[in-house]
Amino acid sequence: MGAAHSHASDIAAAVRNGVTTATAVLEGHLASIAQREPEIHAFNLVLADQARECAATIDAQVAAGNDPGPLAGVTIALKDNMCTRGVPTTCSSKILEGWKPPYNATVVDTLAAAGAVIVGKTNLDEFAMGSSTENSAFGPTKNPHDTTRVPGGSSGGSAAAVAAGFSQIALGSDTGGSIRQPAAHCGVVGVKPTYGYVSRYGLVAFASSLDQIGPFTNSVADAALMLDVIGGHDPLDSTSIPQQHPSLTEAIQQGVEGLRIGRITDLPAGADPDVQERLEAAFDALRNAGATIVDVTVPAFTFGLTAYYLIAPAEASSNLARYDGVRYGMRVEAGDTNAMYGATRAAGFGEEVKRRIMLGTYALSAGYYDAYYGKALKVRRLIHDDFQRAYQDADVLLTPTSPTVAFKFGEKGDNPFTMYLCDTYTIPSNLAGHPGMSVPFGTGAHGMPVGVQVLAGTLQEPVMFRVGAALERAVAK
Amino acid sequence: MSARISATDVAKVARLARLDVTPAEIDLMTSQLDGMLEHFADVDLLDLADVTPMTQPFPLSNVFRADVVRPCLDREEVLAAAPAAQDGYFQVPPIGGEG
Repeated sequence: MGAAHSHASDIAAAVRNGVTTATAVLEGHLASIAQREPEIHAFNLVLADQARECAATIDAQVAAGNDPGPLAGVTIALKDNMCTRGVPTTCSSKILEGWKPPYNATVVDTLAAAGAVIVGKTNLDEFAMGSSTENSAFGPTKNPHDTTRVPGGSSGGSAAAVAAGFSQIALGSDTGGSIRQPAAHCGVVGVKPTYGYVSRYGLVAFASSLDQIGPFTNSVADAALMLDVIGGHDPLDSTSIPQQHPSLTEAIQQGVEGLRIGRITDLPAGADPDVQERLEAAFDALRNAGATIVDVTVPAFTFGLTAYYLIAPAEASSNLARYDGVRYGMRVEAGDTNAMYGATRAAGFGEEVKRRIMLGTYALSAGYYDAYYGKALKVRRLIHDDFQRAYQDADVLLTPTSPTVAFKFGEKGDNPFTMYLCDTYTIPSNLAGHPGMSVPFGTGAHGMPVGVQVLAGTLQEPVMFRVGAALERAVAK
Repeated sequence: MSARISATDVAKVARLARLDVTPAEIDLMTSQLDGMLEHFADVDLLDLADVTPMTQPFPLSNVFRADVVRPCLDREEVLAAAPAAQDGYFQVPPIGGEG
């Protein structure tokens, strides 16, 4: 943590060239897990035996003169809302405890084909609803930098796994900031690509017009490599963008000279001074690297939170209707189906999930649809259009990832909206479908990591990654 | 009594959502949902009359696969994950309101 990390590409090269073995790489991570996982609780399930078998297979391929692929021997942790055939996938919910999916998510097959070694399934807020992992049915994950603090969420286990060295890379999902916010809190790189960039086949659905899979890594180069491997069209996901994406590994070879970096002058207030100070330092660093800072406005940005908290629960209430005790997961026996549905769902879902199902069901119910859900969809259009106007003047926008450094357990109290404010800066790009990434940029209060967020327009990942790489170079100096 | 949503509304929504709730949960949810709907009132400041709703961030239409037979999930494997199954079918209690 904080020390220099090897790049995934270097690890894969060493394994492919026989300089090291996938088994040796894996054993290093398993040793870290044995040492600190009891304290951190990044995982719902560590797949040590399966990972050892996988590593041995990769080593045998190399020994036989075959190439295991661009991620040969690179260890990966999967957020436990991605389906793994025959391996429990819980979404950190009691309602799915023990369920073994009959199929793999596309990303799981893609990673296997690239030679990656999956080390485990990571903890999350139940069904990815939360910003701290405190909503997990299996207990929270601790921040590896300070175990009295949250790792962020909902992909807190994935962020903590990379920060603690339990795996080289992790995958998460981001519906309103669930990759970027925990990445910022744990001091790692986190990327939410453009909606449709990475296949979501086998990702358990939360809010289908917002969800996107992306990586947690120690470096911008690793994130670029990951998206180069897992990005692209998948016929099994009807929302997957039917085109090839340009290489991000190549994109980050370019600097930021001449790029226009946007400062949102009407960004909602609320970032702590230490976070604000790091953002200003990031603007300075990019200016020093040859970029130009321009002022832009995104007036509807401030309405993102309210629109999101109708749209996401509305979609969730529909998606989570499938957990009815019939086809998978737990069942509470009762005399008829309606009684069985109600009792099963009451026993299986946690408090935050119930709250969002209720809010979403209300927003979609007869008589309220136009007043709430319909209006939220119009606000979503305003946000999208305001971003589009800003991207005429700026190539990327820079904001804080999160208003604060990682907070203490229990600090957000009983008012759900206090927790929702964590996602003020990340939510608008999900609503617009745009990519965003968090890059560690030094430390703030209590010596905790601070992330700076780089936002860009649809499929503008190459320019976003160039800026991310420049920030990483600046902070390394 | 809350301004935007009542305990009666919450009980009705819980039935729609197929979610058993206790009287204490109804009280808590009524106040919490009311608080969240209060935040949404911010949006009333906006003129949305001529705005087209946005349902998809990356619009694609008529995404179909080729109409050809291909392997699907194994029935036994799928049924093995169900809470109850019999003779190749999911098994459920009598249908609510009809049984």
